[in-house]
Order: sequence, then C-alpha cells, then structure tokens
Amino acid sequence: MSTPPPENTGTAAGTVKGRSAGPARPGRAVRSARPGRRVRGRGERSPLASAGLHLALIAATVVAVFPPLWLLITSFKPKTDAFDTSLVKNFTLGNYTHVLGDTAFLSWLGNSALVVGTTTVIGVFISATTGYAVSRFRFPGLRPLMWLLLITQMFPVAVLIVPLYNLMAALGLLNQPIGLVVTYLTVAVPFCAWMMKGYFDGIPAEIDEAGRVDGLTPFGTFWRLILPLARPGLAVTAFYTFITGWAEVAYASAFMTGEENLTLAGGLQSFVNQYTADWGSLTAAAVLIAAPAALVFGLVQRHLVAGLTAGATKS
Amino acid sequence: MAVETSQSVAGAAGAGSARGRGRRTANQPAGARPGRLRRALTTHWYAWAMTAPVVLVIGVIIGYPLVRGAYLSLTDANEANVERTIGANHIPATYEFTGLDNYTAILSDEVFWDRLGWTLVWTVTCVVLSFGLGLVLANMLNRRIRGRGFYRMALILPWAVPAFVSVFTWRLLFNERDGLFNKLLAGGGIDGISWLNDPTWAKVAVIAVNVWLGVPFMLVAMLGGLQSIPGELYEAAEMDGAGPWQRFRHITLPGLRPVAATVILLSSIWTFNMFPVIYLLTRGGPGDATEILVTYAYRLSFVNSPRDFAGSAAWGVLILLLLSLFAVAYRRALRKQGDIW
Repeated sequence: MSTPPPENTGTAAGTVKGRSAGPARPGRAVRSARPGRRVRGRGERSPLASAGLHLALIAATVVAVFPPLWLLITSFKPKTDAFDTSLVKNFTLGNYTHVLGDTAFLSWLGNSALVVGTTTVIGVFISATTGYAVSRFRFPGLRPLMWLLLITQMFPVAVLIVPLYNLMAALGLLNQPIGLVVTYLTVAVPFCAWMMKGYFDGIPAEIDEAGRVDGLTPFGTFWRLILPLARPGLAVTAFYTFITGWAEVAYASAFMTGEENLTLAGGLQSFVNQYTADWGSLTAAAVLIAAPAALVFGLVQRHLVAGLTAGATKS
Repeated sequence: MAVETSQSVAGAAGAGSARGRGRRTANQPAGARPGRLRRALTTHWYAWAMTAPVVLVIGVIIGYPLVRGAYLSLTDANEANVERTIGANHIPATYEFTGLDNYTAILSDEVFWDRLGWTLVWTVTCVVLSFGLGLVLANMLNRRIRGRGFYRMALILPWAVPAFVSVFTWRLLFNERDGLFNKLLAGGGIDGISWLNDPTWAKVAVIAVNVWLGVPFMLVAMLGGLQSIPGELYEAAEMDGAGPWQRFRHITLPGLRPVAATVILLSSIWTFNMFPVIYLLTRGGPGDATEILVTYAYRLSFVNSPRDFAGSAAWGVLILLLLSLFAVAYRRALRKQGDIW
C-alpha cells in the first residue's frame, strides 16, 4: 500500500534503462516516499502495460513498414514471380538492369531531378522571405496574404488544370521543366511559407532589433541573422518542397508528354496501365524513386517534429 | 548572387525608409492623401518586396486559371467548340455564354449529391481515423520506451515514400487474382475479395490506403504538440493526485488543441481534394463508386468524351465554394483562440 510493489519498480526501471533512467529516479523516490498514493505516475508502468505498449507499437510498425518492404522484396523477384507470396526464391537484379538499361527511366530521373531541384531552391528562398515578412511586419495586406496562403492550399487540381494547361500552352511552356517548376511552387510555397512563419515567430524579435541597432538593413537582418537561426525550418521546408515535386502526379501527367519528357510519376504509370502490367519493372523503378526520397527524409526527420509544430502552434 | 541583390536592394530600402520617416514628421500637420500612400510605400515596401514573389507566382498561376475557370463554368465549352488548332487550321472558339445553366443542371442532378455524400464520408472517416491513430501512437511514443527511435522511424516511413509509389504497392497487394491479401485469405480457406472491384470493398480499400498515408503526418504533428506541453503541468497534476486518464483528459488534450486545430483543418482540405490516391488506386471505379468531387471533375474534362470543360469548371467552382465555407467556419474557431489575422 505504501510503496509500489517491488517487481513493478524492477520492470519499470528495466524498461527505461535505455537512455533516460537517470532523471526518472528522483521523481519515483519522491512518490514512493509519499504514503497512500495509489495513482501511477508518468514514469511508471506495470509490466503488463509495457508488454501491451510494445505489442501495439509492433503491430503498428508492421502495418506501416510492410507495404514498402513488400515492394522491395518484389523488386528482387523475377518478373514472372511478381505475385508469388514466398520471400525471394530466385533472387535477381534483372528488374533493375531492365529498368535502368532498357527503359527511359534515367531520362525521367533527370527530368524529375531538374524540376524538383529548381523548385526546392526557389521555393525555400521565397517561402522564407514571405514567412519572415508575415511573421515580423504588420503591413497592409497581411490578412489577405494569410488568407491567400490558406486558400491556395485548397484549390482543387481539377479547377486549375484545364485553364493552366491552356495558359502553359499559350506561353509555350508545355513539356518544359520550367512550366512544372512554376506550378509546383504554387503547390508547395503556401504551406511552406506558413511553416516558416511559425519558425520565425519562435525566434525572438530582439535579435532583429539588435541587428538593426548594429546597422543592418531589414534584408540584412533577415539574411545574416535570422536565416541561419532558422536552419531547421529551412530543412523542413526543403524537404516538403522536394517531396511535393517528387511525388506529384496530376500536373506532371497532364503537362509532360512524350516518353523522354516524362517525370518519374508519369513514367511509373506507363509500366502498369490498361495494356500492360509489368509489375517487375514497376517495383524496381518504384524502389529507385522511393530511395532518394526516404534518404532525404531520414536526413531532416529530426527537425520535422519541431518544424511542424512550430508552424502549427503559432500559425 | 542572391546575397548581392538583396543587399543592394536593402541599402536602398534603408535609405528609403529613413527618408520616409523624415518626411512623415514634416508632413504630419498637412496629412495629404498622396502623402499617406507614399508613406505606406516607404514604411512597408520591404515587407511587400519580400512577399511579392509569392503573390506574383500565385497570382499568375492560380489567379488567371481561376478567373478563366470561373468564366468557363458559365459557358457551354467542351472539346468540340473551344479554340483549337488542327493541323494548319486554326478554329476559333464557338462556345456561348449560358449563365448559370451549368450550376442549375449540376445541383438538380443526383450525381452531384451522391458524390458529395461520399466525399464527406470519405473526408470525415479519413481525418477522424488518421487523427485518432496518430494521437494514440504519439501518446505511446511520447514516453520512455525501449526502441523508441526505431518505432518512430518505422511509423513515419509511409510518409517518406512518395504517395504514388505507395499506391502502386497497395494495388499490388489488393490485386484480385494474385494479390497477397487474397492469397492469405485463400490460405485461410476464405474466398478472395475483389478489393478494388466491389463498390463497398473499394471504398474500404481507398480509405484504408489514405489513412495509412495520413497517419505519419498526424503522428509527427501530435508528437511535436505533446513535446511542447510543459512537463510542470503533469507534475502539478500528479501532486494533486490526477490519474493517467485525468492527466490525458485535462492536460494533454487541451495542450494539443492549437496543433490539432491547424492539423485537422489542413488535413481535411487535403483529404477533400485527395486526387492521387483515388485516381491511381481505383480510377474512381468500379462505376463511380469511389469517385470524389475532385476526381469526378477531372473525369469530366480529361477522361469522358467529349471533354466537358464547362461542366468540369462548374464542379471545380462548387468544390472551392464548399471548402471556402468550411475554412471560414474553421477560421472563426481559430480566431477565438486569439489568432491575429
């Protein structure tokens, strides 16, 4: 009654042994010294609860990881075994050599890299300036601008795609990377600017003031003081822009035609359509497409949590 | 290069604003109209300059098509009568202004209400499920547990893979004849389910895939939200004898409100307009069972023959109106929390 059962503390300590057992200790000592408390604290957990927690997390992990994993496994199977339920029986790299050697995959990759790279560089820069302006300055047009950023995110592709197609055709930008770059900017930048605003809100305005006192111009303050401090936010923005461009389907398939002009999203569809179903090549190409995205993701995911909430809580 | 430009511009800006400030004090008693405009320009011009690129890009790429789309929705434009070039012949547009005919036709047609109903079911189900799962998983991860980093990486993985790649993977798994799910069912002696060809199962399938795609975003946002709740609150609650459920109910949930508000708004809008999942997974089929408003509008202008540009544009405008209503209502709620804009 007075103290938690010994085996309970034992397992709890065992579970938390990992990296943060230290700080948990004093808290528990205080609590167990207090008589008559049956309320369980945050650091404590019964062994049953621990097991349940792990079970639930493992189940969720399996669901989350399985489809990509299955994709990876399937890509190593010979074309004819694509639907085989066994793990790899006849391991082969044939799908990869086929995709890289016999299809236009590499030129799709080049197109995508060009479009996405340009979009990311420009997108990060202009969403940072916009985010900074709406975070620091109270200027006429602030409210409409915030509205614009929000509303732009809900523009259905379907409304815009036909007129935009006509516009691009009139400007001669169909089948040109620049057309897609500009389009993707409008998709990614509103959200990114929103997120960057949250980041800049979290940086004390005194830093700006100090910069101004020392003779920096507003742009100088932004460029030399604030941007370096907002590097995690920039990483998140870059990631978001990258993913947006890398994974966009509708505009890419409408604006780019001809096998050598397709981006990855458009190209991938050509493996499986109503006429052919080359699942072997599809899976190999999909793995090649997903790998860089996952890599970039891995690099910025630490900042992702902080970035999103900064954007969300203070928007 | 960017540095140089912004620096030199910045110099001009500093000088301009300084001069402006001087003039403002001098002009104060007069308070003339043009003076006010110039003053606004000199005080705010760097803010405007910083936002100009975004406004410009959005204005051209969204503004023009939007106006044009709205105009098309008031005409009877379709594939046969728009301006086009066949070979060397240039055929001018012959479509006519028809006023609100498209809208009355759509609103009195059952198809629209059917699609709207399914779109609402789809949006609400997806958002509620992914938000709920994200919240639960975030709470599980936000405690000391062995392998936390691993779990987090694994659970975020669906987000790291481009959506269209995942959708193709799910198609592989759902495949009616040879898909893994049906083989597993067959192994258990159960008849295979035509996941993507039965109206009900197709709905289940698209929702499942979209929730799978959406949970990581929710999880990450909720984790961040949880970490921004000060630990002292929990300590105080513990001192006062609050149990785990009470702590969750009275500290965690209110603490997550600001994050949740934004996340739910964004995710509702995204789900409402979620084109790739449905288009790539079922193409809106079987029949039009899984067709949401957006994919239906796309079908009208790109899949059906003859392409009905006017009808598609009218659908688009209606979608936009619905979302705007939703956003206005939502913003009211946000404003109550003391947002400045």
